[in-house]
Amino acid sequence: MELDDRPLLSGLGFCLRAGDLVQVCGANGSGKTTLMRALAGLVPLADGEVLWRGRRVQRQWSRFRAELLFIGHRLGLKTGLTAEENLRLVAGVKAPVVARDWRQCLLAVGLGAAARMPVWQLSAGQQRRVALAQLAVSPATLWLLDEPFTALDPQAVAWVEAQLQRHLLAGGVAVVTSHQPLSAHLGARQLELNVQDVD
Amino acid sequence: MGLVPLAGLICRREWLLAVRSPAQVLNPLVFFVLVIAMFPLGISPAPEVLARIAGGVIWVAALLAVLLSLESLFREDRDEGVLEQLLVSPHPLPFVVLVKVLVYALLVGGPLVLMSPVLGLMLSLPPATYGTLVAALLLGMPTLFLLGSVGAALTVGLRRGGLLLVLLVLPLYVPVLVFATAAVDAAQLGMPVRGHLALLGALLALMLVVAPVAAAGALRVTSEE
Repeated sequence: MELDDRPLLSGLGFCLRAGDLVQVCGANGSGKTTLMRALAGLVPLADGEVLWRGRRVQRQWSRFRAELLFIGHRLGLKTGLTAEENLRLVAGVKAPVVARDWRQCLLAVGLGAAARMPVWQLSAGQQRRVALAQLAVSPATLWLLDEPFTALDPQAVAWVEAQLQRHLLAGGVAVVTSHQPLSAHLGARQLELNVQDVD
Repeated sequence: MGLVPLAGLICRREWLLAVRSPAQVLNPLVFFVLVIAMFPLGISPAPEVLARIAGGVIWVAALLAVLLSLESLFREDRDEGVLEQLLVSPHPLPFVVLVKVLVYALLVGGPLVLMSPVLGLMLSLPPATYGTLVAALLLGMPTLFLLGSVGAALTVGLRRGGLLLVLLVLPLYVPVLVFATAAVDAAQLGMPVRGHLALLGALLALMLVVAPVAAAGALRVTSEE
């Protein structure tokens, strides 16, 4: 895998079965985010392939994307809209979500009154909570969460872990990048990325 | 989700955003009016001189106003990660781009079209030509936005892409400018304008098909870093 024509990751391979969780670890700049973006199909692979249900993702983009929830560094929230509008009008575009009570969802993640404020007025942690509130209702099978715990307080971290557990028990799979260790009961597999120095 | 509810979501989102921060819509309009107001001051207030150049002046000002607004078409979406979410969504990206560009054209370009007869009056354009002026703008304006969306998609990843965007897109606007001003000129001379308007319509039809696909492809490529 390359970034700016510079090899970044190589010799990487892993397989996820229903209920599997992989935690990607590695130093800053080791390529965690790029790996996540490659898995989501945002960055092309220089070599190798990503398979989904046994078939190459390139041959089934719309099916793969329908089963994918990707929350990256940039949260995908319109800062001019409120939390509620974001979930309805922005997150709603991405996934084929049936009509649901988004407010319930925001209450669950601890954003009651803040749900009606424009997102730019919220703190970094609250903004991330808005994005992560999708976890509660996402029908996706594959969750790709890039640093989901950044700026979250312990309560919110516990909530996210509970959502992960529910997702895994329901047969979903997830890849999470994080520097902090996940709760042991999630049974995460570690994937260590090493910085490659090629000079 | 079907394509119609999807289009509805995008429309409502863009509308809400435009209502919350009206500068995005008002700035191009104010720019448009101010640029045109410079001409009577700078050239001559004589009605016969102004009427001669009015069609061209209005159109060049409209071109520049559209160009000015284009940079923000995808920029905010990209910075906030909303674009990324669209790229990983199962929906056909060209369709999403088409809806977004058309809504944007309506919000930003609509006020320019509505204002144009007033500016025509200011430039002593004969009232009989207003119909043609507005018709040409209605057909030409969406073409400008659609063409521009390809440039905006190509330059969205660049830190200072504004000038490059202008350089990329402006030459492509020449056919629209030529046929639109020719229509206004023809109307002033009392000649038939149908042919010019038909050509503008043809350009619009072509861009409706080609531009969203090109812009979607450009967005995929520029988000690869």
